[in-house]
Amino acid sequence: MGILSNILFAIILFAGIGFFAKNVKSLFRNIKLGKDKDISDNKPERLKNMINIALGQSKMVKRPVSGFLHVVVYVGFIIINIEVLEIIIDGLFGTHRIGLSVLPTSVYGFLISTFEVLAVLVLVAVVIFWIRRNVIKIKRFLSSEMSGWPKADGNIILYFEVVLMSLFLIMNATDLEFQALSSGNVISQFIAPLFSGMAEGTLHLIERSAWWLHIIGILVFLNYLYYSKHLHILLAFPNVYYGKLTPKGQLPNNPTVTKEVMLMMDPNADPFAAAPETEAEGEPEKFGASDVQDLPWINLLNAYTCTECGRCTSECPANLTGKKLSPRKIMMDTRDRLTEVGKNIDANKGVFVPDGKQLLNDYITPEELWACTSCNACVEACPVSIDPLSIIMEMRSYLVMEESAAPTELNNMMSNIENNGAPWPYNQQDRLNWKNEA
Amino acid sequence: MSEQLNVPTMAELMAEGKQPDILFWVGSAGSYDDRAKKITKAFVKLLNKANVNFAVLGTEESCTGDIAKRAGNEFLFQMQAVMNIEVLNAYDVKKIVTCDPHSFNCLKNEYPGLGGNYEVFHHTQFIKELLDSGQLEVTENTFKGKRITFHDPCYLGRANNEYDAPRDILKKTNATLVEMKRSRNTALCCGAGGAQMFKEPEPGAMDINMLRTEDALETKPDIIATGCPYCNTMMTDGIKFKEKENSIVVKDIAELIAEAKGL
Ligand code: SF4
Ligand code: SF4
Repeated sequence: MGILSNILFAIILFAGIGFFAKNVKSLFRNIKLGKDKDISDNKPERLKNMINIALGQSKMVKRPVSGFLHVVVYVGFIIINIEVLEIIIDGLFGTHRIGLSVLPTSVYGFLISTFEVLAVLVLVAVVIFWIRRNVIKIKRFLSSEMSGWPKADGNIILYFEVVLMSLFLIMNATDLEFQALSSGNVISQFIAPLFSGMAEGTLHLIERSAWWLHIIGILVFLNYLYYSKHLHILLAFPNVYYGKLTPKGQLPNNPTVTKEVMLMMDPNADPFAAAPETEAEGEPEKFGASDVQDLPWINLLNAYTCTECGRCTSECPANLTGKKLSPRKIMMDTRDRLTEVGKNIDANKGVFVPDGKQLLNDYITPEELWACTSCNACVEACPVSIDPLSIIMEMRSYLVMEESAAPTELNNMMSNIENNGAPWPYNQQDRLNWKNEA
Repeated sequence: MSEQLNVPTMAELMAEGKQPDILFWVGSAGSYDDRAKKITKAFVKLLNKANVNFAVLGTEESCTGDIAKRAGNEFLFQMQAVMNIEVLNAYDVKKIVTCDPHSFNCLKNEYPGLGGNYEVFHHTQFIKELLDSGQLEVTENTFKGKRITFHDPCYLGRANNEYDAPRDILKKTNATLVEMKRSRNTALCCGAGGAQMFKEPEPGAMDINMLRTEDALETKPDIIATGCPYCNTMMTDGIKFKEKENSIVVKDIAELIAEAKGL
């Protein structure tokens, strides 16, 4: 086919990468819609977490079956993609199996046989994953938030893997020159007989088709990520890196509130002097979060990273006892709303035009927010260091501080604290009475 | 049992020109709640027995603000915190111990950012220290042959990574320690955290404390040990609901050790 196919290849490759770059740009823009938060501390510890948790998948294997299978697919997929390097060089320069001309046959054979074995392992793991999702009724894949697109998404990725792995093996099996080497075809030599008796031309056609479909498939996959929970294969790394390092129980103190409180507590402060200053700053700061732009950017990165695995929800005491709250849904809602806001900005030449919707109520209801016990089970369970609790707390803050919309009992509790220094209506002067009670 | 408790206040010690080694933060539940007051008193008995030089704030103590913060009222939390910090710093407090993991978490992690820097202990950590240093001993066999299961408080365990201190103490009692299927970092919440203690639960299939009580019952325990006044209430209610209050007791670790010592 010569030069024409090289050009065609280059066009497809650059289009694929170009679209991907555009997606990455939107992704960055959307994450930056969140509030600023400085997370530049403790670099060595963050790096260590990234290596252990994201690369080493230390939290995945806490559930041995799915954890092990996931490692197989992950390692297989990454290593087999080394093969893509060869495909790209061959495609651009019209060579065939460039690896053979730069590496000794034995080394090349070793590499390809490793890829072939991994391809089979990936296929096996993917089939088990499919059965877990579709045949065995595993509770965490059945929740209400997992119907429709999220369920389809989970399966589409599995089909992708099957197709890509099969194409790779077929490509090797129908490559007569490669089979003749008798090195590297540990698996494909058993597939080759399926094609025996075919004309050499037909075989070549099948081999070429598999080759083209393989690389096109990978480019499509790359661009599918943006719309899928599979974004985690890229984002798990930065997400774990920027994950929370402070004790799980520690909630951040709001600095704006601190300023106000200090002013109120300072006997020397002139209450009138403060007013013009705050006015000069324009709009008073909004407390808590009612929409995605109010959340710190890390929460938005969290949302894009969420794999929808449901490990969080399957440990959530509220969810386990039938409440509406599901930490996974909190993450999925945040992402869906962020996507919606992103599209709005795209459609309106770079500025967000209010659409009468927000994360609160339109996606996440107060009923879900108030069901949380702040137990941190979800945070502990997440294999990629996502913190659903921080979003819940930000939104509760908005409900209470901006809308005074706490449940009545909590309002009573809070006015007790305000008046008596205890959540119950007892007098502070009685605080030590226990000492003398029998 | 009616032996007089020795509970000096910071104000009293200050008047005598004395400074205690550690402040006992009693907390709102420990001060007012009838069940939690028993835990407070048991812990004081241990402190007295070990001759710990401690004091309480008494009427100068106020809610940490932790519950307000978890309920979304950052303003109320910070007001409480700043007021408490003012008192604590005026008394030059350096160390604090508390029986409430929520106060523990709040004092330890959230007060420093507002100017309150203290070394904070949960009472199980403190009791363990007393046992390890020999200031307190349990050789008694009160719990020999009894099955005890420990329910991890979220704010001690997951929130602050302390899983061992309570278990180390229980191991010294000659009891048989049995673990629930969900324990340590996968322990199920009792249902009281995040201000749930102060409101009705949202509609659902069951209450969280029932599910946790079922976890505990699976271990066929004689005693359910707790380390938090709120967990204690939740588990006590659960056991009552399951009509097991005649065969299973729910007790705080401080109460168990005080009992082992015949206090
Ligand atoms: S912190 Fe809230 S959302 Fe997370 S597991 Fe606990 S109750 Fe569920
Ligand atoms: S937040 Fe974490 S644990 Fe929960 S579904 Fe997403 S990836 Fe899984």
